[in-house]
Amino acid sequence: MSQTEQPLLEVSAVDLVLNKRLLLEKIDFKIAPGEILTIIGPNGAGKTTLLRVALGLQRPTTGRVSQRQGLTIGYMPQRLQLDPTFPLTVKRFLFLACKNDRSKVLPLLEEVGATHVFESALKNLSGGEMQRVLLARALIRDPELLVLDEPVQGVDVHGQIELYQLISKVRDRRGCAVLMVSHDLHLVMAATDHVLCLNRHICCSGTPESVTNDPAFLELFGPSAVKDIAIYVHDQNHHHDECATCSRRLGND
Amino acid sequence: MIDNFLLRALLGGLGVALIAGPFGSFVVWRRLAYFGDTLAHSALLGVALGFMLHINLTLGIIVICQGLAILLFLSQHQRQLASDTMLGIFAHGALSLGLVALAFMKDVRIDLVAYLFGDILAISNSDLGWIFIGGGIALLVLLILWKPLLAITIHEDLARVEGVPVERINWLFLGLIALIVAVMMKVVGMLLVTALLIIPAATARRFAGNPEIMAILASTFGCLAVSAGLFGSFQWDTPTGPSIVVAACLIFILSLLLPKSLQRN
Repeated sequence: MSQTEQPLLEVSAVDLVLNKRLLLEKIDFKIAPGEILTIIGPNGAGKTTLLRVALGLQRPTTGRVSQRQGLTIGYMPQRLQLDPTFPLTVKRFLFLACKNDRSKVLPLLEEVGATHVFESALKNLSGGEMQRVLLARALIRDPELLVLDEPVQGVDVHGQIELYQLISKVRDRRGCAVLMVSHDLHLVMAATDHVLCLNRHICCSGTPESVTNDPAFLELFGPSAVKDIAIYVHDQNHHHDECATCSRRLGND
Repeated sequence: MIDNFLLRALLGGLGVALIAGPFGSFVVWRRLAYFGDTLAHSALLGVALGFMLHINLTLGIIVICQGLAILLFLSQHQRQLASDTMLGIFAHGALSLGLVALAFMKDVRIDLVAYLFGDILAISNSDLGWIFIGGGIALLVLLILWKPLLAITIHEDLARVEGVPVERINWLFLGLIALIVAVMMKVVGMLLVTALLIIPAATARRFAGNPEIMAILASTFGCLAVSAGLFGSFQWDTPTGPSIVVAACLIFILSLLLPKSLQRN
């Protein structure tokens, strides 16, 4: 990732006031091509709101959001708001976004490790399978920027590590940038280049290592959180394809 | 034209059931049952408007339904009241306002029961025209909007990011619902319109593996209910609109008794 390259997306001096409540204050950040940027923060910090602003779904009260011209975005929502009466298979869900192109969809399911659920009904998927299918859907348009809202939601810890590794792998293979949101501190640190710590305003930002040493971060999450994070960051630097806590599961991944 | 009133009733009923299948499926998926019900409650106001302006009464109902749909759409962004409270206010307000407005028109006398519960046996050729031309156009537009509507039903923001003009399509869709509710009124009446939208769709759900099959099955179950209801009404001299809804409920209950092996996800 070169410094001179134009950012894919730039958020500058954004404030958002909704119903007389200040939800976002003085937000500045940009995403370079190929970069993984993670927004973390406690519940109610405005993470999802900030994603919506970045995606252009919510107009900021002041400030601006600029996307590079012709930017293709793949979006993975937090969860689908499907009514149980809505009959939908994985196949149909993916076909809706690509004119029934089987040759497009099958390799994508392979990439995210969800080929086996192709014919399944969406409502019968496990948490991990659902997230993988949503990721496949986000990848359909070959995006330059992936925007993922809590991509490991509803997944157990082992599955979370696998998913974060999958996201890193997808980035490495495709060279796309990733903007994701997480309220989980530990696992996400291993899979990100930049962290943006949000609590309505940006408390601190930088590499995972620098952020975890930042006083503002300590104040927001407490010192005990940092101890755990240090382990994960450290592990990831030494074993790129393994995780210390479950190397058996990830060994052949 | 068609002289036989029973044949006209059957044609009108089947037409309405065909339209109700796909629209009813969306009403169920998007939880719009109370929205449809509220629109239907404004029918009498439409009748009053029709008399006042000396226009076709169905047209009057359509105009009022469309106006109410716009009001409801605009009011869904307010956060003071829960949406079911809002819908309740509009529904009962519109119904009562309609009755009061009609009471002011001294020289107008209407068959209230026919508007409340439908009067399919009195269906005229012009009513058939509304059902088949108006309903046909609504179905055609729904078919064109089918894929983006599915995308919006799955996730609005995802659809937006993928370039679907969500607001425009939602407006259009609510307009279509307002149109078909007005057109369906003649068959089952304002109080039972929603029943014909949601009961066949709910029945179809258990046998459908994808949205299209569900819509087609909903139309099929609707046609079955109309035929059975008409037959029963003729046989036992019961009110036709309610008989159709009773038949739809019976089909729903029967479908629950079918073995699990016949059901789909």
